[in-house]
Amino acid sequence: MMLRIKRVPTIVSNFQAEEAGARSGCGRNCLKSCCIQGARLPLYAFKKENSANGGKAAAEHDKESPVEFLDSLLLGEWEERMQRGLFRYDVTACETKVIPGEYGFVAQLNEGRHLKKRPTEFRVDKVLQPFDGNKFNFTKVGQEEILFQFEASEDGDVQFYPNAPIDVDNSSPSVVAINVSPIEYGHVLLIPRIFECLPQRIDHQSFLLALNMAAEAANPYFRLGYNSLGAFATINHLHFQAYYLAVPFPIEKAPTKKVTTLQSGVKISELVNYPVRGLIFEGGNTLLDLSNNVSDACICLQENNIPYNVLIADSGKRVFLLPQCYAEKQALGEVSAELLDTQVNPAVWEISGHIVLKRKEDFEGASEENAWRLLAEVSLSEERFQEVNALIFEAISGNSALPVEDKIADAPKSVRGSTRRPTMVGGTQECVVLQ
Amino acid sequence: MESQLALIEQSFNSRYSCHVREALDELPDSFTITDPSICGHPIVYASRGFLKMCGYSREEVIGQNGRIFQGPGTDRRSVMEIREAIREERTIQLNLLNYRKDGTPFWMLFHMNPIFSKEDGTAIHFLAVQVPLSGRGRRRGRRSHDSGTEDVIFGSCRKEVCFDSLLEVGRVLEHNNSVLDSEDSAGVVDIEETCEANELEKRRAASAIKNILSVLTHYSELTGRLVCGKRGCCNGTSPLGSSVAISLGRIKQSFVLTDMHLPDMPIVYASDAFLKLTGYSRHEVLGRNCRFLSGMDTDPSTLFHIKESIRAERPCTVRILNYRKDGSSFWNLLHISPVRSASGKNAYFVGVQMEEGGCRNQGGGGLSTEMRHRSTVGAVRVALRTLSMGSGSSKVE
Repeated sequence: MMLRIKRVPTIVSNFQAEEAGARSGCGRNCLKSCCIQGARLPLYAFKKENSANGGKAAAEHDKESPVEFLDSLLLGEWEERMQRGLFRYDVTACETKVIPGEYGFVAQLNEGRHLKKRPTEFRVDKVLQPFDGNKFNFTKVGQEEILFQFEASEDGDVQFYPNAPIDVDNSSPSVVAINVSPIEYGHVLLIPRIFECLPQRIDHQSFLLALNMAAEAANPYFRLGYNSLGAFATINHLHFQAYYLAVPFPIEKAPTKKVTTLQSGVKISELVNYPVRGLIFEGGNTLLDLSNNVSDACICLQENNIPYNVLIADSGKRVFLLPQCYAEKQALGEVSAELLDTQVNPAVWEISGHIVLKRKEDFEGASEENAWRLLAEVSLSEERFQEVNALIFEAISGNSALPVEDKIADAPKSVRGSTRRPTMVGGTQECVVLQ
Repeated sequence: MESQLALIEQSFNSRYSCHVREALDELPDSFTITDPSICGHPIVYASRGFLKMCGYSREEVIGQNGRIFQGPGTDRRSVMEIREAIREERTIQLNLLNYRKDGTPFWMLFHMNPIFSKEDGTAIHFLAVQVPLSGRGRRRGRRSHDSGTEDVIFGSCRKEVCFDSLLEVGRVLEHNNSVLDSEDSAGVVDIEETCEANELEKRRAASAIKNILSVLTHYSELTGRLVCGKRGCCNGTSPLGSSVAISLGRIKQSFVLTDMHLPDMPIVYASDAFLKLTGYSRHEVLGRNCRFLSGMDTDPSTLFHIKESIRAERPCTVRILNYRKDGSSFWNLLHISPVRSASGKNAYFVGVQMEEGGCRNQGGGGLSTEMRHRSTVGAVRVALRTLSMGSGSSKVE
């Protein structure tokens, strides 16, 4: 039995609405070989070896270095696209509020975000799926939707080139693009090594890039997020999302309970008293250490077919890892109609406590209790969570990650061991939901 | 950096009479005073006790943000709590790990109080007292899973650990022991997990705050610009609280914010760069309409164009002749744009000024004028998006 759900997708690019089919002789100024020759974009090259925390930070602050430069670049380019009318709506015109309560969940009324057309089908039972060039991917977006290239600098200093050529043959640039259906002001997509057409799966290099971006922005209100397939990623082309919101996310405020500190100096804690169970990684002797530990954990989850979300917060100093099972529950018909009607797909932002609501009545009636109830559905059970943790810790400490079946051979029936499902017949990327 | 130092001087001198520093210097406690209205929310005063405790000199500390004392062992959630207390302009007390100049870490009880202006109820400074802790907390290292004997003492922001989960973690960790934190790695300082302030230390903090506040209150009476430790009622000449001021303070460009809904659209915020460009001081511009920048030779049709755009709630970019306080004129590449608040409706106008030919616009080396205009507008939008979103301190214990 395959699992699929009907999802109402969000359009992230103006070129997404037009579905597949051969698009020859473009003329749309996209990123493929038809149009890419001679294209130029600003290039921001960040300093590679970022010393993780504090220490000699005093010296760093003296420099006239463009600490907020990435902020300025991103905001300036974004505002320019806004004035050009590239976004589907003005997100700042969407009413937003902090829901009264202990955690301060943030609700936004946004009627225009979701498409009003026939929903497409999307497979939810496999976290790893191969890239499909026929489906929408980011090489199909118009160049005007790309704000700038984002790379590590060659010489260890921050560099900015306002008009750098995109050299497809000799380099594999990573880019930052706008999300034309923004959740908030400044909502962008970070697409690592865009021309390599990587599927949505985390690898060490890409995660390090994302962490570096958070550190470069140096703004605790600029966060990056990642959704795996099966955890509400909409496009199977590797990307992270990011935007600004100048209030703390509820998940950032939740108490934590330390689990351990690794040799790399990375501290791992569990979320306590929060509707979704998850781990927090912070510290580390270097940014690279933190990045590697989190990547190891993500890769472990991917290989065990456990959908998850990642939130990079606190300018890259705190990373939240949240395994989830909502899509599977939804496919199995285990989510109440009431929750389904809100059409909220709990991806990383929702789990963090920023919830976009489509209907006015949901917005008016938004309460901490409702938010909690929705998010509690997303969470793994305590038992399953501890099993998953065991997998993660094993992977991080360098032992080979054994396949899930071996580990939970005698687990009770309630365990969501989705690897038990028969693998897909090659060739068909669709999957069916028996609703 | 000199302009920042000048602002720092101003921060104190405009508020308190000149002998305040001497009086503060006499207090034995360790404390710092920061100014949220200056870009970067820097320290504007550091006591002798503080300098001694952390090993820095006064010059190394004044003008810096408090984050320079944080390090790898500093709990990030605590840092976030402090940031939010600043944003919400309220008191906070917690145990915090900081680092001295020589890199050694130490635990302290951190107690912060906002200092409010009696005129308009805004937080004009934050006062932070630090009490070094002597307590011995739980040490880092191999966990003893069996114990009920452990002093499981946590700082004020943590919850009790339930022993079940400790045991469970123990199971997981058992076969991973070899790779977990070992204390034998050279150079790793053995920091305690956490440290709790005792009653005596808490009382020290409270009385220090009281003493310092009374010194500040006294010296503010002498200038007539009274301060107090508690927020009084707000008058509304400067309705943007420190949360927005801090966000806006990150922006290095010259700009002002005017309130669309108040009569004659007064300035409610002016950046440091604006004050520097025009030569006015903050309280000389807050509450006034921008027209004071225009003068004899300012082109009336340009003024009309601006007025029309404001009326239509539309952005516009103009080149206008403006005048500084000293009467000298400059060509201003001005961009104005309406900005919405959290309600989604237009609430403010932002005006971004760039002096034509001015090379003083620091930072953003590669950005064009248009880009700098826009990035300022963008940063303002982000800051105002959450203004009046329904603050109310949401504290999670």
